[in-house]
Amino acid sequence: MADKMHLKLTINGEHLETLCEPRELLIHVLRERFNITGPHIGCETSHCGACTVDLDGKSVKACTLFAAQAQGATITTVEGLASPEGMHVLQEMFREHHGLQCGYCTPGMITRAWRLLQENPDPTEEEVRFGMAGNLCRCTGYQNIVKAILAAAAIMNGRDATADDAVKTPEEVA
Amino acid sequence: MNDMTPNREERVANLKGLGCKRKRVEDARFTQGKGNYVDDIKLPGMLFGDFVRSPYAHARIKSINAEAALALPGVIAVLTAKDLEPLGLHWMPTLAGDKQMVLADGKVLFQGQEVAFVVASDRYVAADAIELVEVEYDDLPVITDPFKALEDGATVLREDIADKKEGAHGPRRHHNHIFLWEEGNKAATEAVISSADVVAEEMVYYHRTHPCPLETCGCVASMDKINGKLTLYGTFQAPHVVRTVASLLSGIDEHNIRVVSPDIGGGFGNKVGVYPGYVCSIVASIVTGKPVKWIEDRMDNLMATAFARDYWMQGKIAATKEGKITGLWCHVTADHGAFDACADPTKYPAGFFHICTGSYDIPVAYVGVDGVYTNKAPGGVAYRCSFRVTEAAYFIERMIEILAQKLDMDAAELRRINFIRKEQFPYHSALGWEYDSGDYHTAWDKALEAVDYKGLRKEQAERLEAFKRGETRKLMGIGLTFFTEIVGAGPVKNCDILGMGMFDSCEIRIHPTGSAIARLGTISQGQGHATTFAQILASEIGISADKITVEEGDTDTAPYGLGTYGSRSTPVAGAATALAGRKIRAKAQMIAAYLLEVHDNDLEWDVDRFVVKGAPERFKTMAEIAYASYNQAIPGLEPGLEAVSYYDPPNMTYPFGAYICVMDIDVDTGVADIRQFYALDDCGTRINPMVIEGQVHGGLTEALAIAMGQEIAYDEMGNVKTGTLMDFFLPTAWETPNYVTDHTETPSPHHPIGAKGVGESPNVGGVPAFSNAVHDAFRAFGLKQSHMPHDHWRIWKTANKLGLHG
Ligand code: FES
Ligand code: FES
Repeated sequence: MADKMHLKLTINGEHLETLCEPRELLIHVLRERFNITGPHIGCETSHCGACTVDLDGKSVKACTLFAAQAQGATITTVEGLASPEGMHVLQEMFREHHGLQCGYCTPGMITRAWRLLQENPDPTEEEVRFGMAGNLCRCTGYQNIVKAILAAAAIMNGRDATADDAVKTPEEVA
Repeated sequence: MNDMTPNREERVANLKGLGCKRKRVEDARFTQGKGNYVDDIKLPGMLFGDFVRSPYAHARIKSINAEAALALPGVIAVLTAKDLEPLGLHWMPTLAGDKQMVLADGKVLFQGQEVAFVVASDRYVAADAIELVEVEYDDLPVITDPFKALEDGATVLREDIADKKEGAHGPRRHHNHIFLWEEGNKAATEAVISSADVVAEEMVYYHRTHPCPLETCGCVASMDKINGKLTLYGTFQAPHVVRTVASLLSGIDEHNIRVVSPDIGGGFGNKVGVYPGYVCSIVASIVTGKPVKWIEDRMDNLMATAFARDYWMQGKIAATKEGKITGLWCHVTADHGAFDACADPTKYPAGFFHICTGSYDIPVAYVGVDGVYTNKAPGGVAYRCSFRVTEAAYFIERMIEILAQKLDMDAAELRRINFIRKEQFPYHSALGWEYDSGDYHTAWDKALEAVDYKGLRKEQAERLEAFKRGETRKLMGIGLTFFTEIVGAGPVKNCDILGMGMFDSCEIRIHPTGSAIARLGTISQGQGHATTFAQILASEIGISADKITVEEGDTDTAPYGLGTYGSRSTPVAGAATALAGRKIRAKAQMIAAYLLEVHDNDLEWDVDRFVVKGAPERFKTMAEIAYASYNQAIPGLEPGLEAVSYYDPPNMTYPFGAYICVMDIDVDTGVADIRQFYALDDCGTRINPMVIEGQVHGGLTEALAIAMGQEIAYDEMGNVKTGTLMDFFLPTAWETPNYVTDHTETPSPHHPIGAKGVGESPNVGGVPAFSNAVHDAFRAFGLKQSHMPHDHWRIWKTANKLGLHG
């Protein structure tokens, strides 16, 4: 066991510090040392995206980063997206469009979608599907996740989300 | 006051009851990272357990040396079979009547098998310690092929039972044989086949795969030595059964065991069984006096817990020249791995595979299933299906296509002329089931019309011509499926798990101010029970679903139930919920009669209240009645308003559906592009259409994975070749198509609200739809059968074998 290092991070706007081993993975430090259990573990091999957090303006898989590599970083997790006024529009749209079932992938999904909509504020369905391809979901089949993200984008762009064909069910469009 | 009363329509809407697209109450927590999954549980002083696993598929263990591991700071204990033996816990019973090693006892039988359990202060120390445990192995010949396992002179896998001629399901005819299970009339079926106009024959393989929920299995065991109580948190699809098993195994009285399933990150059958990790965690907690957590990593999950399928199905289907099916014969060689740990009702070692006559009126049939041991992981779980129903559906839907090909008939028409007709329900199948209800022709016609089936066939023919002229390299495949499920296990007279009848339960308490809590014996893993069961109840008792808390998963508070799998929650626990609600309403009626000073029979139920017949201005709402039940002395009635119902279903339910998949296949790359997928489901009464649609999307995506790329593959040495998500295919948003969902509604006649269950239909019907589309694309070139999964490489090989690469 190596000596512990002094890790300082800004997480969801709060300055936090802890002692940890340099080899500890960021996801474990978040979950075990800071009790931030929104980000989950689905594989620990960077395939599933359940552990996705936002680190210095990029989506990262927290299972594939040593905590030491994150020294000094600013991190946003799903816990940091809602504001005192209420849930983030993405969170609301995931609920509205049934974009989740067991909820295990959801924190990673929403955190990734939150960054995606900053990278590309008005994406097409194809761009959403491509931009979300690093996050696996076993329950929903993605259709409603894609719909939720498109609806959130529409609202964030000041459009009436219910008017977009992309967020309707095929039965509704027909 | 009556002027203020909302009208009937508004009152119905306020209930958010049956049939409404109610948004889920679970979602506020989950979308904000406030779920509480097993790995989120942290208890003071908690230790972490992890397994030393076997790198060999078959080997004798010469020695285990844990000295170096124990010397590592932070390592508390290393358990081996020797430590468990004095407790009688080195082996444990399986759900299928076999037994299974908890920790390797003298030998290992599959790669990834649990050899030793390391207990350490945290998961990093545990991971280090695993590497320090020295195990010496002598490798033995490996058998991964179930046909080779049954050869004379094949290596003996299970030495512990090598001489036993009788297993849990009858005679064993070979040392690697588990059982032969038969149903139907063999002689009559063979007679029909030998004299039939046409017989189509084929070996249909449904490969080994894995449910792979996004959250792996895990638990936290906490033994409180002072009060003698064991608390076990874990990813359990059947928490009450786990409590009973834990009590039987540990000798701790059942009332001193509390099993809690917290939020579960998907189950799909993976979380039904009892795994060595649970047993070792309990023992470790008893030994150390501290809570012990065990969480599988993804490789452990894919290698060791709960594979699904692995059925080799030899089939013969007989028909007249006109295509009327006259008989069906099937023999299955079922690869169960090293231990028979299938999660089926006790009397059904091959589950409900004998639903394999499908949606068709087949006069005579026979099924025989041979269970076989190999050097693979145990499991055989119902991966989002009801006990081997997906194997059965795949089998019959392939046989129908192969028969159509042989008869040179359109496969849609062949299905139509053989469907069980509406007026034949309740229908007794040749293999012993009583189908409760159905209207297949209506559903089929609706589906074919929705996709413009004729137009599709025309386009396909044109494409084929263009292909032959060299103008395109893409073939078009139309995959048809009509499936009948059998879910909602099941009637206690013939369905049990470890002796526990497969009833389910609901207990309701109405609070004085007119809200309620309902507790059930099931457990949601994403199905949204907290939302949908409240809807069932709202319609029964007239209290808004928003005022009903649904709680599951804590055996100290929930009534005993058999859990959630096999699409049984709605058919069984949903029925219990409705019936418990009716008991509440019956008492409420007596209270209302007293309050309104009329006879019980003078009242009628109206959405959320009892009204005096003929005097609509005189009524008592459910909220008023609830209050009265707590604050008034009502002659002849006990105070309070509570009810409990244990529901023993009289029959299974039989959801059905019609799925059509259209794909374009590039013969040079093997890439299959799914252009259209239409799914019509009939699950009887629909509780929440939004949730149903979500279930269908999810199940179809699992089916897509299974049919098009997902497998647990072994090499000849028994090494798992697909042990990570790099190799084990889970589709992303990019590969997954959009689905069009549709429905018909044929209520179950024996279910209190007519609901049949839907969660598993899309997996059952989806797999043959995708697979049939691939086969259909190559039908014109004579392809009869190519085994799943149809990944790019296999499709390319198929095209190549058919000579399509010039
Ligand atoms: S846990 Fe990090 S990608 Fe799966
Ligand atoms: S909602 Fe269960 S994995 Fe996505």
